Amino acid sequence: MSKVYESAAAALEGVLFDGMMIAAGGFGLCGIPELSIQAIRDAGTKDLTIYSNNAGVDDFGLGLLLQTKQIKKMCSSYVGENDLFMQQYLSGELELEFNPQGTLAERMRAGGAGIPGFYTKTGVGTVIAEGKEVKSFKGEDYILEEGIFADLAIVKAWKADTTGNAIFRKTARNFNQPAATCGKVCVMEVEEIVPPGTLDPDAIHIPGIYVHRLVQGTFEKRIEQRTVREKT
Amino acid sequence: MPWDRNQMAARAAQELEDGMYVNLGIGIPTLVANHIPEGMTVTLQSENGMLGMGPFPYEGEEDPDLINAGKQTITELPHTAYFDSATSFGMIRGGKIAMAILGAMEVAENGDLANWMIPGKLVKGMGGAMDLVAGVGRVVVITDHNNKKGDAKLLKQCTLPLTGKNVVERIITDLGVFDVVEGGLKVVELAPDVTRDMVQDRTEAAIVG
Repeated sequence: MSKVYESAAAALEGVLFDGMMIAAGGFGLCGIPELSIQAIRDAGTKDLTIYSNNAGVDDFGLGLLLQTKQIKKMCSSYVGENDLFMQQYLSGELELEFNPQGTLAERMRAGGAGIPGFYTKTGVGTVIAEGKEVKSFKGEDYILEEGIFADLAIVKAWKADTTGNAIFRKTARNFNQPAATCGKVCVMEVEEIVPPGTLDPDAIHIPGIYVHRLVQGTFEKRIEQRTVREKT
Repeated sequence: MPWDRNQMAARAAQELEDGMYVNLGIGIPTLVANHIPEGMTVTLQSENGMLGMGPFPYEGEEDPDLINAGKQTITELPHTAYFDSATSFGMIRGGKIAMAILGAMEVAENGDLANWMIPGKLVKGMGGAMDLVAGVGRVVVITDHNNKKGDAKLLKQCTLPLTGKNVVERIITDLGVFDVVEGGLKVVELAPDVTRDMVQDRTEAAIVG
C-alpha cells in the first residue's frame, strides 16, 4: 500500500469532517503545512478545533482558514501576528485556549505516546492553572495537563522516503515532530520524496510508522521577520 | 546617570559564565548577546528548537527554515544543534538551561513576574515565557525602572496576570541591580550618580539591606 498521494487534496480525502480536531506543525510561518492548509480551505471543512503554536498571518498559513471562518477554536501559545484572529476572537466568533508553548508541545508528545495526562510546573499560580488539578511532588506544586489526541495531524518535513521515514531541516522541525505523532492520521507534506535507502537510517527524525499519507510539493516558505546584518 | 539600554544589557552580560546555556528574551535581553565577553563560550538557546544561535544573516543569505523565537532570520554556528519543540521545552522545564534573561511589565518584591498580558488590551499570548520562568536555573529580568507614565514597575504585588510566581532572582534596571531577598529587594549595585533615595522614590517594592 503506497503512502504517496498526488496532492494534499487527495491525501486528505476521506479524512476530513466538520467539527474535527487537527494538530498542525510549524512555528510562526516556519515549517507550516502550507499544502494541507490550502487543501482544507478548498474542502470547506468547518467548525475545526486546531492545535497549533500560532495562527499564521492574515493571508497565509492558518490565516487562510480564519478568512473562510472554518475554525471554531484555536489552542495556541501566541497569536500576536494575526489581526483577523483578533477581530474574530473579540467578536466572539472564535474560541481561544492559550497553552504555554512547552505545555502545548508536551501535550502533543504525550498524546502521541499514549499518555493522557502529565504534571508540569509551568503555569502554577497563573490563570493557566485555573480549574486544573494541582498536585505536590517533593514539596513543589505541579498542574495536570492533558495529552492531545487529534483526529488529524498535518505536518511539513524536508525529505521523506516512500515509507514515511522523514527528516526536517533546521528550525523548521519545531512542532512538526510532536504534532505528527498525536493524530489518528498524519498527513505529511515534503519538498522531496526519495526511495527507501536514500536517507541514513541513523539520521531519521521521525520514523514512517507515524506518517500515513505523503505529498510532495513546492512551498512558498514566507519569511515573517527578515533581519540581516551589514557586510563589514 | 542612569544606564541606557545598551549599558543595561552590558551589565546583564556580567551575569554570564563560561560554558553557560542561556535563553534571551525579546527586546533589551536580545542586546545581551552583543556583550558576551571575548573568550567566553555562551550558547544561546532559541526555544523554537535550536542551541547555538548565530547572528543575523547577510542580505541574500536569509533562510526561511532558520529563524529565532522572535521569528527573525538568523544563522547557525559550528556547534549548533536543532531539535523539536517538545525536546526544546524538555530542556527548559528540566532545568538544563542555566539562565533566562527576560523583559518585564511588573516584578513583585517576592519575585512574581508579569510580562505577558494586560487585561482589556489585545492579548497575544505567553509564548514560551511561562515555561522558561518555571524551568530554567535562574531568571534575571531587565526592565526600565519605571514605565512610560513614570509609574513603578517594581511593586509590592503585581497587578497584571502573572507569568510565574516567585521566579525572579535578580532585576537589572536603568537605576541599578536588585536581588529578590526575604522581605523585599536588596540593592546590589547602583548606576553612576543614582542614589538610594532616588531608587526609593521610584520603587513601590520594599528596598531592604
